[in-house]
Amino acid sequence: MSTMAEPAKDEAKDQKALSAGARQERRLGWLLCAPAVIVMLAVTAYPICYAVYLSLQRYDLRFPDRAEFIGLSNYGAVLTSPFWWDAFWVTLFLTVVSVTVELVLGMGLALVMHRTLFARGTVRTAVLIPYGIVTVVAAFSWQYAWTPELGYLAGLLPSGEAPLTEQWPALWLIILAEVWKTTPFMALLLLAGLALVPEETLRAAMVDGATPWQRFTKVMLPLMKPAILVALLFRTLDAFRIFDNIYVLTAGAHGTGSLSILGYDNLFTALNLGIGSAISVLIFICVGIIAFTFVKLFGAAAPGAEVKR
Amino acid sequence: MAAAGRSHATRWGVVNVVVVLYALFPVWWIVALSFKTPSTLTDGSYIPTDWTWENYKGIFQTSEFTRALINSIGIALIATVIAVILGTMAAYAVARLRFPGKQLLIGMSLLIAMFPPISLVSPLFNIERSIGIFDTWPGLIIPYMTFSLPLAIYTLSAFFREIPWDLEKAAKVDGATPAQAFRLVIVPLAAPGVFTTAILVFIFCWNDFLFAISLTSTESARTVPAAIAFFTGSSQFQQPTGSIAAAAVVITVPIIIFVLLFQRRIVAGLTSGAVKG
Repeated sequence: MSTMAEPAKDEAKDQKALSAGARQERRLGWLLCAPAVIVMLAVTAYPICYAVYLSLQRYDLRFPDRAEFIGLSNYGAVLTSPFWWDAFWVTLFLTVVSVTVELVLGMGLALVMHRTLFARGTVRTAVLIPYGIVTVVAAFSWQYAWTPELGYLAGLLPSGEAPLTEQWPALWLIILAEVWKTTPFMALLLLAGLALVPEETLRAAMVDGATPWQRFTKVMLPLMKPAILVALLFRTLDAFRIFDNIYVLTAGAHGTGSLSILGYDNLFTALNLGIGSAISVLIFICVGIIAFTFVKLFGAAAPGAEVKR
Repeated sequence: MAAAGRSHATRWGVVNVVVVLYALFPVWWIVALSFKTPSTLTDGSYIPTDWTWENYKGIFQTSEFTRALINSIGIALIATVIAVILGTMAAYAVARLRFPGKQLLIGMSLLIAMFPPISLVSPLFNIERSIGIFDTWPGLIIPYMTFSLPLAIYTLSAFFREIPWDLEKAAKVDGATPAQAFRLVIVPLAAPGVFTTAILVFIFCWNDFLFAISLTSTESARTVPAAIAFFTGSSQFQQPTGSIAAAAVVITVPIIIFVLLFQRRIVAGLTSGAVKG
């Protein structure tokens, strides 16, 4: 980030107050950022505070007049309910498994894109298609593929099997749909990380007799660590809020509902704004914990925070 | 040596074919379904035996779909334009200007990039109903542009850092104010980055499902992903499979065209924001 270092030096030189130019620059900086900041605060910070407020109320949309302040009871109700914990473990399972699989597959895909000598463009285009496709569309395709009588994949199973109606098969199919859709994104982030591995270092390792596996684990992986952590952070948070695939594939039935599905159902099926908001706030806290863990424990450089190279 | 090279090439060729098949298989399946007649829908073949356009004709005759398509295009375009304008302004400031609070802005957009949308659904649902934008275009445009702002700011500031800084300095030496330097020098140089960002933001808005089903209740603002989830067959046991498949293909085509035309840029945009920060 050399451009960031230079102005700092200049600053030391002309310390005599803020020159007119610097003040103008500062004002322009604030002016340019102001609209984005206002929008982001108005649409996220205010509603999340409002969600906290709503979560402290008994608020049933069918009886809006009977709304009243009930303190933390909604949180008590949610956290002692088996629905929350079932959804929590399902979400955690889906997140951990799909992100792990994505990391392995994505790394493979990134190596293919990095190393392949021909048809690189074709591969890259093909890989971008799952990224670009509307999740709901892909989810319908998978749903039809696994529906008995309709799908090519269900046809491969013994007749009478309807995998989307049983918990474990359905969970694995949700993971499959999720992995298909998001591995390309992971692969592209890792590919960018691969590009930062100097070719000479790899060649030097080769000359020193390192096997391909050693070159991968001892040279590439350590150098790619920042890229891997950023990709993992993004994907983990994204997977944790999984909604579209589950909604289409199973609608959360048969013990496959994620936390997002639970929140949605409480709001739009049970019409309970208080409980729904409590779930919203709890999911927000979970996401905060995950992000904090990644940044503090694993030292994932927060993207955007002037990454050191 | 030549033989080794050839087998090497064959191996990569096989790997590449596998990758391409992996990416395209589900897409092909939904395309195939969309061209099948109701009687051959369940034959499970990869290539329709009876090709038909009936599914497409069918969906374009219902306002349920055409209205949703207009909503999808309008909402995604407007949200993209606003997000890119606001994002460009902020990203320019982040990449080029010195001002206190920059890290705060970056931290805040990072926070929003990680924000679980479901946490906003219940409060937004209530707020939008009370101010009367529930089930309207602005009701969706506002959350879309907000959630795509971090993406826009990261991608754009990464692009902006690559722009030759000296040209702007030269413009300032020639007497341009910072604002003029922005408008006359940086904007033309930044256009490719802005365009790439616009594609990414558009894909993001086009893809959304959770807000689309939560913050709409009628056809008036429902976008295609939400609308197809509500397509109904004539009975509980008759799925509107053909219509859903056709609608799915219709909204997939523009994305595939984008991807084919701009793949290099999309890759650059996707990776620059995350890796270079």
